[in-house]
Amino acid sequence: MTPFTYSQAADADAAVRLAGGQQAGARYLGGGTNLVDLMRETIERPTALVDVTGLSDRITETDGGGLLIGAAVRNTALAEHRLVRSRYPMLARAILAGASPQIRNMATVAGNILQRTRCAYFYDQAGSRCNKREPGQGCDAIDGFNRMHAILGASPSCVATHPSDMCVALAALDATVHLTGAQGERRLPFADLHRLPGDEPDRDTVLQPGDLITAVELPALPPAARSAYRKVRDRSSYAFALVSVAAALTVENGAVTDVRLALGGVAHKPWRASQAEQALRGQPATEAAFQAAAAAELAEATPLRDNAFKIELAQRVIVAVLGELAGDGA
Amino acid sequence: MGITVNGTDVDLPDDPRVSLLDLLREELHLSGTKKGCDQGACGACTVLVDGQRILSCLALAVQYEGRSVTTIEGVGADGALHPLQQAFIEHDGFQCGYCTPGQICSAIGMIEELRRGVPSHVTGDLHATSIPYSRDELRERMSGNLCRCGAHNGIIDAIAETYRANAQPEAAE
Repeated sequence: MTPFTYSQAADADAAVRLAGGQQAGARYLGGGTNLVDLMRETIERPTALVDVTGLSDRITETDGGGLLIGAAVRNTALAEHRLVRSRYPMLARAILAGASPQIRNMATVAGNILQRTRCAYFYDQAGSRCNKREPGQGCDAIDGFNRMHAILGASPSCVATHPSDMCVALAALDATVHLTGAQGERRLPFADLHRLPGDEPDRDTVLQPGDLITAVELPALPPAARSAYRKVRDRSSYAFALVSVAAALTVENGAVTDVRLALGGVAHKPWRASQAEQALRGQPATEAAFQAAAAAELAEATPLRDNAFKIELAQRVIVAVLGELAGDGA
Repeated sequence: MGITVNGTDVDLPDDPRVSLLDLLREELHLSGTKKGCDQGACGACTVLVDGQRILSCLALAVQYEGRSVTTIEGVGADGALHPLQQAFIEHDGFQCGYCTPGQICSAIGMIEELRRGVPSHVTGDLHATSIPYSRDELRERMSGNLCRCGAHNGIIDAIAETYRANAQPEAAE
């Protein structure tokens, strides 16, 4: 690791102040499960760490019937929370499908959101070119071993995927991110936080230097009480997703009245499957309709040398999860 | 303020780059906690902080100011093995032994999570008030600790036997 200064922030304002005094070299530190690893690899070289685990770790109900989740809530605490389990089961399931119990005990909600890709070429500083790590350098993943890489929304600059499971559920749940920074407090739809790579894959999100996530807000979303998360991976536990699906489905009189769908393991950001949702609303809750909706979402999927299987896999997992949520009616 | 390790107060390192793992091994000479991958993939460095299992390799020591750390050196009483340590011996829960301190610390933290009702990936009912101590549950919950010798069956046997008193019928399979 390169040397850095370390300070602890008692609250969000203090964190922004402490980071601001360090110019662009400061980074916020949560549980450290990704950032410390990247620093040890010298992929991340902050000159200052501002520890923000002292920020709110509370989960509270909002006036509108949603939940406000403090940025420093640990992943385990979020997954085990009574209201998360009952109102947003896909979120509890997604968190429990990710990482290991030790890591979930450490990792914070904001840190999970801002974790970086696990693309092996991004990590291989000594031997590989990577536009995310060194803008303009080139990408060795595009013509390399790219079985784990993106099939949706990739660019000639970057085919990396976002590694989070939790974020797939947050994308499906229409979460809102609470931010503070040099421009003061603001809110951002979760769907707008992460970027597609375009020609700036070094920027994972739209956040500016110094911006700090203070909380994540979940809206009241009764359909989410009937929701699920399914993750397909190379081993049955403790592995990143090949494809994952977060879904909520409401069926009335045999027809789909509400559906929320997001995919993981397929893109540079948690992928809200808006086209599938649009194709499905008002349709009969049948396997044929689920197939058509999945196909609509994946119509523009572009395989790389090693990951064409993800297109068919995503198709099947979407149909399976929707069928499971629809019950015997589909 | 410092940090408490196995009941003893110690100073935090001046250099914030020192991981909790390196503090334990290199400065306190508590070499029971093992450095496996040093990147959060193997679980060999698992310790308990205020009773919760974490990976000490990904923890900067300075982040744990004022907290109480328990390592494998601190799980048993003086001169007496922790029941889980004894069970690992009886059930061949190791071969080379390198992952064992992490396995045991992890299992101690894991049982507290089970008792608290924290669900896992394989828990069928997210609303269950009590979770079965089944092999599937134990295996999933121990999946963050790898054993390259392949002693996982013995490890699960040792854990299941040690906590059988808490177990529901599923654990008796």
